[in-house]
Amino acid sequence: MEKRLETDLGARLKAARTAAVGAWQSYLARRRERMAHRELFYRHTGTVRTLHWVNALCLLVMLMSGLQIFNAHPALYWGQFSNFDHPFIALVGEEDNSGRVVKGVTQIGHWRFNTTGVLGASNEQGQLTARGFPAWATLPGPQWLAMGRLWHFFFAWIFVINGLAFAAYALIRRHAQRDLFPTRTDIRHLGHEIAQHIRLRFPKGEAAKRYNALQKIAYFTVIFVLGPLVVLTGLTMSPTMDSVFPGLLWVFGGRQSARTIHFLCAFSFLGFFIIHIVMVVLSGTWNNLRSMITGWYAIEPDEEETSHG
Amino acid sequence: MADNGTRRGFLGAAAAGAGTLFLSGCQGLSETQWFPKVLDSAEGLTKRIQRLFAGSWSMAPEYSKADLSPVFKANGTLNPGTTMYNMAASNDFRDWKIPVTGLVAHPVTLSLDDLRAFPSRTQITRHDCVEGWSCIGEWTGAPLRLILDKAHALPNARYVVFYCADPMSDNGDYYYESLDLVEACHPQTILAYEMNGAPLTIPHGAPVRLRCERQLGYKHAKYVERIELVESFAHIAGGKGGYWEDQGYTWWAGI
Repeated sequence: MEKRLETDLGARLKAARTAAVGAWQSYLARRRERMAHRELFYRHTGTVRTLHWVNALCLLVMLMSGLQIFNAHPALYWGQFSNFDHPFIALVGEEDNSGRVVKGVTQIGHWRFNTTGVLGASNEQGQLTARGFPAWATLPGPQWLAMGRLWHFFFAWIFVINGLAFAAYALIRRHAQRDLFPTRTDIRHLGHEIAQHIRLRFPKGEAAKRYNALQKIAYFTVIFVLGPLVVLTGLTMSPTMDSVFPGLLWVFGGRQSARTIHFLCAFSFLGFFIIHIVMVVLSGTWNNLRSMITGWYAIEPDEEETSHG
Repeated sequence: MADNGTRRGFLGAAAAGAGTLFLSGCQGLSETQWFPKVLDSAEGLTKRIQRLFAGSWSMAPEYSKADLSPVFKANGTLNPGTTMYNMAASNDFRDWKIPVTGLVAHPVTLSLDDLRAFPSRTQITRHDCVEGWSCIGEWTGAPLRLILDKAHALPNARYVVFYCADPMSDNGDYYYESLDLVEACHPQTILAYEMNGAPLTIPHGAPVRLRCERQLGYKHAKYVERIELVESFAHIAGGKGGYWEDQGYTWWAGI
């Protein structure tokens, strides 16, 4: 009796093992087949990957803590001082006669938009409160300027050191010259590439190994224009730095102009970030993520290239 | 396509989840005892680097009368409103006296006339509030450096503490601020008694306020009624060197 049970169990285990091995082998076969048709390409070095993710964290923290700081006085001006009656942009919480906040208004020059719930007035602990940006967009959530400043200026140092490290690395190892600076050929192909992007057709084969003109222009602008600009306009807001480099005030047209440009830079970063994420998803989420985590990017063969070749 | 749909749905949900986790994580960290201290470690670095560039000599930009703000916003306390202050105000601050004490060889007490007797400095400068706005105003006052020279600071004096007449709560805490000697002896650091060519008004800190033009607005103590030189401010009020510093703002207000 016991003997029979044992063989029974043994047979079942054996069958299960055979099935598992079979499944594993067919998985491997399919994987081999897939792998045979694609090429893994080492796209990002460890240094670039590390700097990329540190930068991503910095930008996220700095954007959100920056909105917290902005909320302390949610209005932007042009020039040396704040002309309180004529802001360039203002997020206003309007009150009724009893002093209760009832409406959030976004003012841009002479235009006024009702943005209740998001800009000007939004919910804080279940109550409509006058605040520039809503609690879900600021760090920390509730109005807390001192804490927002601590986050902002701590991560500002990391952002600057990280950015300088990248610039040094990219220039010395010629990553910038080879991969990031747009060339004349890139500019010539720009029209064609815009058309391809609009049709959501992304480069395959050899062409996928290097950045296309749109990528180069985007990365170059963000890294070498927007990055320095956001740091310099930030420094222009510092009264101590203004005493050392009064030229900054001249360049940006005053401390309040610098604050406005700083804000526009932040939203340009946000715009870049949104397009960046959309492109990552459209051109292969996991492949892109893998290449920025492990360095390896899979390249699908270009059908046209192989058939013609 | 359906597969793509679920995948996008999953990605969206994952992003939303990560976002919520990130937000609550940051909020939690902000409320710990230790994490704000980590963040505040950047303050020392910022101070050191800014001082390296600015030293004791760099001058805050000065403007012309054409640049004056049409309306200079008064912030913080707009009127101390205490019995003592009201009495002093009703008497045009004729009896206002500012003792300079602490680590000094010759303690002095300065009346407004004494302050006006010092060679005055007039400067049109930009006032930068920590909230983000700026106003340009003209200030006239006595350079703090001359006052410290007169009182003769002792070698172990490191900070100048300004005690103010405006109460900040019902618990007996008053506004106060502090500068180190580099900032206190800067040529543009003055005890101002005039603004835009007229005696200081009550909303702007009558009769005497501090101007330290390389620092943010909260350093510019209004209603100054006593000055003390100290080696450390750890024993004063919350121990952070100023009213707003005790509420979590950085002592270094250069940025």
